[in-house]
Amino acid sequence: MPETTTRHFQADLEQLKTRLLEMGGLAEDRVRTAVDGLVRRDMDAVARVLDGDRPINQLHIEIDNRCFTLLALHQPMAVDLRAIVSAVKINTDLERVGDLAINIAEAVARYMRHAPVKELTDIPKMASIAQAMLRDALDAYVRRDTALAQRVLDADDGLDALKTQVFRELLEYMLKDQSTIEPALDLILVSRHLERIGDHATNIAEDVIFMVLAKDVRHHVTEQ
Amino acid sequence: MPQVQTPALQVQINRPSASPTPDLPPQIDVRDLNFYYGQKRALENITLGIQPNVVTAFIGPSGCGKSTFLRTLNRMNDIIAGSRVEGRVMIDGANIYAPSTDVVALRRRVGMVFQKSNPFPKTIFDNVAYGLRINGLARGRAALHARVEESLKAAALWDEVKDRLHDSALALSGGQQQRLCIARALAIQPEILLMDEPASALDPIATQRIEELVYQLKAKYTIVIVTHNMQQAARVSDRTAFFWLGKLVEYAPTERIFTNPAEKLTEDYVTGRFG
Repeated sequence: MPETTTRHFQADLEQLKTRLLEMGGLAEDRVRTAVDGLVRRDMDAVARVLDGDRPINQLHIEIDNRCFTLLALHQPMAVDLRAIVSAVKINTDLERVGDLAINIAEAVARYMRHAPVKELTDIPKMASIAQAMLRDALDAYVRRDTALAQRVLDADDGLDALKTQVFRELLEYMLKDQSTIEPALDLILVSRHLERIGDHATNIAEDVIFMVLAKDVRHHVTEQ
Repeated sequence: MPQVQTPALQVQINRPSASPTPDLPPQIDVRDLNFYYGQKRALENITLGIQPNVVTAFIGPSGCGKSTFLRTLNRMNDIIAGSRVEGRVMIDGANIYAPSTDVVALRRRVGMVFQKSNPFPKTIFDNVAYGLRINGLARGRAALHARVEESLKAAALWDEVKDRLHDSALALSGGQQQRLCIARALAIQPEILLMDEPASALDPIATQRIEELVYQLKAKYTIVIVTHNMQQAARVSDRTAFFWLGKLVEYAPTERIFTNPAEKLTEDYVTGRFG
């Protein structure tokens, strides 16, 4: 195979990676902005999230197109094939993270019509874990670091536990005071969306492990 | 003898993956095969088993020994002056390099299709009937006709030529000529079909027909195909062997070779990083 073809393909793969990271950066930023809006009761921040999903959607389509083109024109094999298939899946996960940031912003916008139910502690903690998981999953993708990907998978249980704790705590508030039901439900939704963001970070980490090691760790299939 | 300069290769010869899989006993069982062109060793300690009724592809860069190895399987290299073979090639339990081997009978059992289609300058019918006539394999006109028709049908050529069986074979298109050569090879009812780059000179449609034919023929024959086209190996074969500098680097199910090869050298080759 002529060397120039390989270099061209490798350059295209690098560009794909760069665009995917841009997408990851945008998704991460939107989650952070939506949660900041909640913690600081900052309606401008919430509005920015609600208005600005076009760049992510455009990147979502562009990255898919790049993947289709690379598959069609280069018929990649082995590690290159896994890299592109993983990119397609990671792209979908990141787009969903962007959508979840909007869902959080919508819940926050509704929540801010009411007085605060309580001082927020666990939801910012959840946001911090979810964002760290997302960032680590993308770092693992860039560095092909399966140990870091595994740490992302391990972190998911902590996020799930916090979600359960948030639900129990807010349930008590709702039982005690019916006027908190509406805003408390929105906080429960926020925690649910953050937990889902953690799930998407987990998917990305699983894709990284598949890309690097060709090992499918989803649904614990390798243990069955 | 070429010196191996890439450290990665030194640990890869005759690895466990080069052995036949336990589920099917090999029809062709090659053990410690070395092949020399004069002083030059072109194949080094090849051990692999080829299973019946599967398509096995040999891939590797030019000069890696894949065609040489293919030709050792029906002793086509015997005609090359100064060539020498060491080791064993067992077909159905018998060493084809044993002095008692009838090489003509061997080549009847192990047919071959070449890169460049080579029909005889005869009619379509006579091309297919040729091997049957010289081997006395069809008694009587009706039997001969039946075998020619059956062979042309097996090679997916019958519908295109049935009305012009007595036209010159040289008037056929390249793809049709190659399928005629396959029909000619099938006419003498081999058990194994060796194909050396059978579609490399054909356009994509003719290539697709050959590939489809290979897929259909494996129900009846054991097929070994050498190809430079990795996508073709991926499309048509069940198992793939990767050769490099006369050595067998990796031999595994095709799906594994093209999605997750065990050897770095194989991965570098199938991803186009060298070759």
